[in-house]
Amino acid sequence: MIQADLNIILPEVILSLYAMLALVGAVYSGKDKLAPLLVWLTAGLFALLAFWIAGSTGPSQTAFGGMFVDDGFARFSKITILISAAVVLVMSQEYMQRRNLLRFEYPLLIALAVVGMMMMVSASDLMALYMGLELQSLSLYVIASLRRDSVKSTEAGLKYFVLGALSSGLLLYGASLCYGYSGTTLFSGIIAAAGDHHAPLGLLLGLVMISAGLAFKVSAVPFHMWTPDVYEGAPTPITAFFATAPKVAAVGLFARVMHDAFGGITADWQQIIALLSLLSMFLGSIAAIGQTNIKRLMAYSSIAHMGYALMGLAAGTAFGIQALLIYMAIYVTMSVGTFAFILLMEKDGRPVTDISALHMLSRAHPGRAIAMLVLLFSLAGVPPMVGFFGKLYVLRAAYDAGLAWLALAGVIASVIGAFYYLRIVFYMYFGDDQDDNLDRTTAPVLQTVLFVSALIMVVGIANLFGIEGAAEAAAATLVR
Amino acid sequence: MDNLLLSIVTFAPALAAVILLIFARGEDEAAALVAKRFALFATGATFLISLLILAQFNPADPGFQMVEEAEWLLGLQYKMGVDGISILFVMLTTFMMPLVIAASWGVKTRVKEYMIAFLLLETLMLGVFMALDLVLFYLFFEAGLIPMFLIIGIWGGSDRVYASFKFFLYTFLGSVLMLIAMIAMFAQAGTTDIPTLMIHQFDFADMNVLGIQIVGGMQTLLFLAFFASFAVKMPMWPVHTWLPDAHVQAPTAGSVVLAAILLKMGGYGFLRFSLPMFPVGSEVMTNFVFVLSAIAIVYTSLVALVQEDMKKLIAYSSVAHMGYVTMGIFAANQQGIDGAIFQMLSHGFISGALFLCVGVIYDRMHTREIDAYGGLVNRMPAYALIFMLFTMANVGLPGTSGFVGEFLTLVGIFKVNTWVALFATSGVILSAAYALWLYRRVVMGDLIKESLRSITDMSFRERVVFAPLVVMTILLGVYPALVLDLIGPSVEALVSNYQTALLDAGRGTQIAASH
Repeated sequence: MIQADLNIILPEVILSLYAMLALVGAVYSGKDKLAPLLVWLTAGLFALLAFWIAGSTGPSQTAFGGMFVDDGFARFSKITILISAAVVLVMSQEYMQRRNLLRFEYPLLIALAVVGMMMMVSASDLMALYMGLELQSLSLYVIASLRRDSVKSTEAGLKYFVLGALSSGLLLYGASLCYGYSGTTLFSGIIAAAGDHHAPLGLLLGLVMISAGLAFKVSAVPFHMWTPDVYEGAPTPITAFFATAPKVAAVGLFARVMHDAFGGITADWQQIIALLSLLSMFLGSIAAIGQTNIKRLMAYSSIAHMGYALMGLAAGTAFGIQALLIYMAIYVTMSVGTFAFILLMEKDGRPVTDISALHMLSRAHPGRAIAMLVLLFSLAGVPPMVGFFGKLYVLRAAYDAGLAWLALAGVIASVIGAFYYLRIVFYMYFGDDQDDNLDRTTAPVLQTVLFVSALIMVVGIANLFGIEGAAEAAAATLVR
Repeated sequence: MDNLLLSIVTFAPALAAVILLIFARGEDEAAALVAKRFALFATGATFLISLLILAQFNPADPGFQMVEEAEWLLGLQYKMGVDGISILFVMLTTFMMPLVIAASWGVKTRVKEYMIAFLLLETLMLGVFMALDLVLFYLFFEAGLIPMFLIIGIWGGSDRVYASFKFFLYTFLGSVLMLIAMIAMFAQAGTTDIPTLMIHQFDFADMNVLGIQIVGGMQTLLFLAFFASFAVKMPMWPVHTWLPDAHVQAPTAGSVVLAAILLKMGGYGFLRFSLPMFPVGSEVMTNFVFVLSAIAIVYTSLVALVQEDMKKLIAYSSVAHMGYVTMGIFAANQQGIDGAIFQMLSHGFISGALFLCVGVIYDRMHTREIDAYGGLVNRMPAYALIFMLFTMANVGLPGTSGFVGEFLTLVGIFKVNTWVALFATSGVILSAAYALWLYRRVVMGDLIKESLRSITDMSFRERVVFAPLVVMTILLGVYPALVLDLIGPSVEALVSNYQTALLDAGRGTQIAASH
């Protein structure tokens, strides 16, 4: 029995064992000198696991008495998490090394965070959920304050920790209520207790508390306050990581809880999610207008994007989940490319984050500017870039579910949002010549990531690289 | 799908743009010349290939021809085709683009990027006119904003940033509403195939939204969402305010493309979507559109009278001329729609040529102030002649293509609504006033201004650019059947489908009676 269980969570087991062994090994040998090697090793392991999970096409399985589930939805999310984490790791190596930030704990903490994320999207029990969430969060708190001598970085880590602890408290309180009113922590038990269209009040209160805790993790308004500060304070490669894999995991967990545990009372949580989505889209779009720091701007942009992703969840249908998965995959690809661009922004060897530094970038670095142009229009959801299709899917899902007002609000927010993306284009293209340009940094990895993601945004419109069918199959395993 | 002609024509310019992007290097004069020549060659070749479309087109068939289909995402499809309504817009686009490229020979900065932007724009514009799938149409329609945004923003005048942002956000807001309507149509009809949707009957039972009684129900709502997009694009009064800004700030070639082709997307949209897909909605809103069109014709003509900037004047005159087009379309009879299409084509040639005329003297004097000119006829006789021809065509002098379009739309509207026809006809007089006055101030009189003493007449290249436009304006003016025979059957089918749909819906009586 235990053998079968372990087989199901084998990828997670391998990754945890690797992280712990490497930690011990590095402590007793070369320490930080091993860090570059560990970065590549970890990224390679991520990629390997992603291919492995992609290759396993068996039916849905559960382990440990139903606490852990391995289904299409979990696999799709895990592949997205693993690949984006691998790319971000590889991207960060050169940057961290030059700033003396590359400690050997860094890749290993990321590996542990990824284990937590994989647990999150596979959790089928409130305990498993909390374990995964905390494993991820604790690793991220440490990573956020990796630059110990910087006030901003420390502040980012502390803020993230305090607010994160608060949200974990809310979530735990909700979990205890759910346990109290259903007598079990298993999702399968909760969904039975919640019944069809009618749930006891305590259970609903638990649902609300859990939603609030999860909304914090996906940084949906009104639980978004930490995002801009953490994004700004953390070293840029770590910001890139925050903007990608943890978001996928959190959104995946959100969808998992809502459908697996509260799938019978869709109408009760639909309004909560729709409101979160609406507020996130508008606040993200409007607040980003005033930003001059590109990392803060990306923080608000990610809040707005989470709003669109939640629109898919608010639909409460299988198509909605499909839209959500596609949206997240596209969002992660765009974010990775954008952060590769931000990592390339350096002046005299120092990183700059002010968008006015991009003045006339199209003259000094035409290739970079055009790749960023493509990514920005994709982020804004302007066709023919792939970003438009992400929006199209969630809008369609919302409309089909009778949330036409939300879809309408979504497109209006996207027009507001287009403004600040265009503002970056304005800096890069619409100016007169100037002399103090950004450095001609030669970072082959970053350049490659930037160009590949921009290319995906254009070429992907042919068939989205086939993720449509995969997402559909994944969604079908979650919403039955 | 054995006939790939449409796709080849559509994507040939994009391919050329990609080649230019990858292989063209350097910023010097020689590299710029190579880019210009290559772009001219690419657009010229596209025009020649597009002649094959015209050759294969069967005017007697009112349906879609040379259709290509392939599966795409989300149950959408890649489907292209042309009918009598769209083929001429396709030809207009491929015809104008080589002239536009030739007219931008004087561009100095970032020539390669400039040519790439125009080549991509051509692909996107052609796609709009050929797409037979809602979302594919939307894709091309919206994507066109990107190169135009860059063209205005990078190569535009002094206030280009404001103009480019206004252009982008204005049109983007209009079209996202259309996107929601498209999703609604997709949900209701289960397909995004345009030919299928044209015969699908959307709900028209009256409904109540937030306590407001909506006559025509779903169809009216869908109509309004599409209207928001097309009215901005057209542009119709009162959402025309982006156009003068965009025109004034855009480089000459950008203005030509904007006036000659991009504005036609709005009219094309009304003909392709609004009338056939939402007949009841259109019928409900007809009077509203008439009122807006009449105001556009009279009001913007008056505004044009007081302009001091030549480009602004022509921009306002464009809005007025587009008023005839919307009026003709919603008259919904053969003459009205024939006239509207004809007017759009002829306006494409005439306004394009007028913007080129402004460009000719702007290149020499670097100002568009009307007051800075006067008596140009003394130094530039050839220019004076050409400018006069297009001024007359703009006024709608018989014998030029401008007359046919105005006359047909006025006949069409007269049959439906005499009052609107009355107001619209006054626009003919007003257009004569502002156009002739402009001509008098710029070209006639003595050459007093010191700065103009050394101005030179048009160069050989400039004359070559104007030659095809002159030919088309006069040819269509004296032999309009060239166009009308091509569009006739499709328009006839459109009108009869519209009337039948209204009769089926029990709303068509008053129109059928007046017919």
